[in-house]
Amino acid sequence: MVNVNHIPVGAHYGFGDWLLQRVTAMVMAVYTVIMGGTLLFCDVLSQDRWKSLLSGNCMRILTFLFILSLCFHAWVGVRDIWMDYVKSVGTRLTLHILTALMLIGCAGWASQILWRL
Amino acid sequence: MQFVVMKIGANIQMPEIIQQRSIKQRPKYLNLTEIRQPLPAIASIMHRISGGALFLMLPFLIYLLQLSLGAPSEFETLKTIAGSPLIKLILLALLWGFLHHFCMGIRILLIDIHRGVDLKTARASTVAVFCISILLTLILGVKLW
Repeated sequence: MVNVNHIPVGAHYGFGDWLLQRVTAMVMAVYTVIMGGTLLFCDVLSQDRWKSLLSGNCMRILTFLFILSLCFHAWVGVRDIWMDYVKSVGTRLTLHILTALMLIGCAGWASQILWRL
Repeated sequence: MQFVVMKIGANIQMPEIIQQRSIKQRPKYLNLTEIRQPLPAIASIMHRISGGALFLMLPFLIYLLQLSLGAPSEFETLKTIAGSPLIKLILLALLWGFLHHFCMGIRILLIDIHRGVDLKTARASTVAVFCISILLTLILGVKLW
């Protein structure tokens, strides 16, 4: 069934992306404050301490949420850049696909690094 | 001019000649290289540039994360890579990019909930974004160097 009432233009269109970008931004901001504070006030620059910090279950989940948020956030942001500057539909579609593939790949790679610890 | 404003105010269609003239008088586009950019505009385009740069460097950063959490030999590789002046400069630029994006993002979130929308506060918050992001870059940069 095609939803004939769907209006693909207007002020409401893109609200989901807008909200996604804000929510992921807040998740990353919280994580940045936690991680920044840890780096500034605790000495984690030896590898053992750095490893034990990130292998703790709580920090691992938080880092995972940060990575997922980053990928969704970058997806919305980078797609906005392509939409603003790339006029050719074919090039833009290619760039969208490459962006999505790269972000999915990065999310998988970073998660694998975290869970191998 | 008074006539036009009154007509619009009364919600009556303008005569065609006036319509054409008012369309012709509008600037067709803004030449971004000729107008002087206000500080919030510079901060805004830097938000976009830093975001794009962080996106492009994401695989490299994940690679560094992998080295930092790998075997001791990989940690040594990380030290060698991060020890080269060029990479250090790139990492410092990315750190600044991240912190600028972070501060500017908080400013955008505040504007979303209608905090600091007026011109004076908006300019002041932009100055704050620059000061805080540069200060944090220096502090974290010195700490991580």
